[in-house]
Amino acid sequence: MHESEVNMWEMIVGELNHAMQELARNFAHLLPRLLATLIVALLGWVIAYALKVVVRGILRIAKFDKLSDNAGATQILNKLALPSSSELLSRVVFWVVLLGFILLGVQVLEIVGLQEYISRFFLYLPRLFVALFIIFFGLVAANFFSRAALLAAVNADSPSPGLLATLIRTIIVIFAVTMAFEQLGLAERTILIAFAIAFGALMLGLAIAFGMGGRDLAKQFLERRFLKEKEDQKQDELSPL
Amino acid sequence: MPTHNNAKTVGETVQAIRVGLLKYFPRERVVIVNADGGSKDSTREVIAAASINDLQRSSDLYALRTLHCISTIYGDDPATEVALRTILAAAELLRAKACAIVSPESTNITSEWIERLLRPVYGEDFDLITPLYRRHKFDGLLLRNLVYPMTRALYAKRLREPYAVEFAFSGRLGSHLLEQQVWDHGAGGVGTEMRVTLAAMAGAFRLGQTFLGTKQHLDRSSADLVPAMRQTVGTLFSSLEPNFQLWSTNHATEPIPTFGAEHDLTVEPIRVNRRRLYQQFGSGVAELEPVLKSILSPQTLAEVQGIAKLTEDDFRFSHELWVRTAYEFAASYYKSVINRDHIIQALAPLYRGKVYTFLLENRDASGQEVEANVEALCLTFERLKPYLLDLWNA
Repeated sequence: MHESEVNMWEMIVGELNHAMQELARNFAHLLPRLLATLIVALLGWVIAYALKVVVRGILRIAKFDKLSDNAGATQILNKLALPSSSELLSRVVFWVVLLGFILLGVQVLEIVGLQEYISRFFLYLPRLFVALFIIFFGLVAANFFSRAALLAAVNADSPSPGLLATLIRTIIVIFAVTMAFEQLGLAERTILIAFAIAFGALMLGLAIAFGMGGRDLAKQFLERRFLKEKEDQKQDELSPL
Repeated sequence: MPTHNNAKTVGETVQAIRVGLLKYFPRERVVIVNADGGSKDSTREVIAAASINDLQRSSDLYALRTLHCISTIYGDDPATEVALRTILAAAELLRAKACAIVSPESTNITSEWIERLLRPVYGEDFDLITPLYRRHKFDGLLLRNLVYPMTRALYAKRLREPYAVEFAFSGRLGSHLLEQQVWDHGAGGVGTEMRVTLAAMAGAFRLGQTFLGTKQHLDRSSADLVPAMRQTVGTLFSSLEPNFQLWSTNHATEPIPTFGAEHDLTVEPIRVNRRRLYQQFGSGVAELEPVLKSILSPQTLAEVQGIAKLTEDDFRFSHELWVRTAYEFAASYYKSVINRDHIIQALAPLYRGKVYTFLLENRDASGQEVEANVEALCLTFERLKPYLLDLWNA
C-alpha cells in the first residue's frame, strides 16, 4: 500500500514535471513569436504614427479642412463632437495601419483559423476606403447642389427655397449612404429595398400631392406664377445694366 | 458687330453704321465685320441684303470707296468672347487704326454714334472710348451702385460705363488684348466686354468716354439680374487677383476725358415695385443665412440681418454697410470660401436691398441729386479701400 502510494506520488510528480517541461517547451517555442509579434506591433505603431503625421501635414497643405467646410462635413463632425476632418482622417489612417500591423504580428503566432480572418480584413480595406470616399464626395455633392438650388430658388423668388435645398441635400445623402453600404456589403438587400421603398414613397407622395390634392392650388399657383405675375414683373422691374 | 438671332433690329443698325461711315469717314478705308453665333433667323441675310443703294435713295450720300461688309459664322452657339476675338483678329489682320464694336440690339443707334465712337480713336489717339448714355435715374442701378463705384475706387479711373456693349478701340489696344488672352480668364466666357475695359484700365492706355444718347433696352425684365451680376461683378472680382499689384498701390482717382455730357439723367415717373425688392431682400437674407455666414464677417452679417428686420419705411442700407458688404464679397471670392459663382448669386438679394434704399432716397430727387448720391457712394468705396486690403491680406 505504501509502495503503491509512493508510485502514485511519483507518477503525479512525473506528470507535473512533464507538463511543466511541455509548458516550458511551448513557452520557449512561443516566446520568440510573441516577441516577433510585439516587435511587429511596435514597428507598426511607429509607421502608423509617422503616416498619421504625414497624412495630416498633406491634408493641411491641401486645405482639406476648407474643402470639408464647404462640403458641410465639418458641421456634421462638430455636431458629433468629433475632431476636424483632416485630424479624423489621419487618425483613421493611424488606426488602420496599426491594426494591420497588429494582425500581421498575430499571424506570426500561427493561431489556427485566425489567418483566414486576417486575409479577409486586408481584402476588406479597399472597400472601406471606397465607402469613405463615396460618403465624403456625397456630402460635397449634397452641399454644392443644395446650395445651388437654394440660391437659384431665392433669386427666382420661388416659395420655400429652404425646403427645396433640404430635400435635394437629403436625397443626395441617402444616395451616397446607400452606395457606401452597398460597397461595404452591409445589409445590402435591406438597404436597397429600404431605399427603393422610401424613394418611391416620396415620389408617389409628391405626385399625389401635386396631382390630386393640390390640383386647384397648383393651377392657381402656376397661373399666378407664369402669367400674371411675370407680366407684372416685367412692367415693374428695373434694368440692372 | 457680333450677332445672334437679331434679324428684327440688325437691318436698321447696319444702315446706321453705313451712314455713319459714309458721312463722317468718306475717304477712309472701312469694313463692316459681322461675327455671327449661328443665328437661326435671317440675321445674316438681312446684313448681306443691306445695300448701299438703299441709302442713296433716301439721302445724298455717295461712297468714294468700296464699303466692304463681311459676315462670318464662328460657331453654332452665341459666345461674346469668340465673336469679339474674331473681330479683333480681323482688325489686326487688316491693321485697322480704329475699330468700333456696335450692339445689334441698339434700336436707337444713329450715324452720329459711329462718329462719336471712332473719331477720338482715329483722330486723337485714344485707345479706348466707352459710351455714356442718357438714362432714366432708376436705370442701370447695378452699374451706379456697385460696378462703377468699385471699379473707380480700385482702378482709380472715373470711367462711368465699365461694362459697355458699344465701344471703340485702337489697333494698339486690340493687339494687346489678343496677346493678353483676356478671353480665358476663368469666368466661363462671361463679361468679355468688361474684361476689355479692365484690361485697358490696367494697362498704359489712353481712355476716353463719349456721350451717345439714350440707352434703350429691348427687354426690361430684371430676371436678368444674376446673369448681369456674373457679367459685371463676377468679372470685376475675378480681375482683382491678377491686378492686385495695381489696385493695391494706386490712390487718387483720375478723371477720364469726356466728349459731350458726362451724365444725363431723365426723371419722369416710372412704375417700380419697391415692396417686392424689400421682400426679396428680407427673404433672401433669412433663407441664405448659412451661405452669408461663410462670406460675410459676423459684424457685417449681424448688421445686414438687423436692417432686414426694419419696416419698409425705416429700412436703410447705408453706403458704409453696402461697401463693407461688397468688399467682403470680393475678398471671399478671392479666397474661394465657397463656389465663386455661388458668391455672386448670394450678392443678388443684398443688392436688391441697396436698390430699395436707392429708390427710396431718390424718389423725388433731381438728376443732380441722384448724381450727388452716387458720388457719395463712390467716395465711401474709396475711403474704405484699406478695409478690402486688410481682408485680402488676412
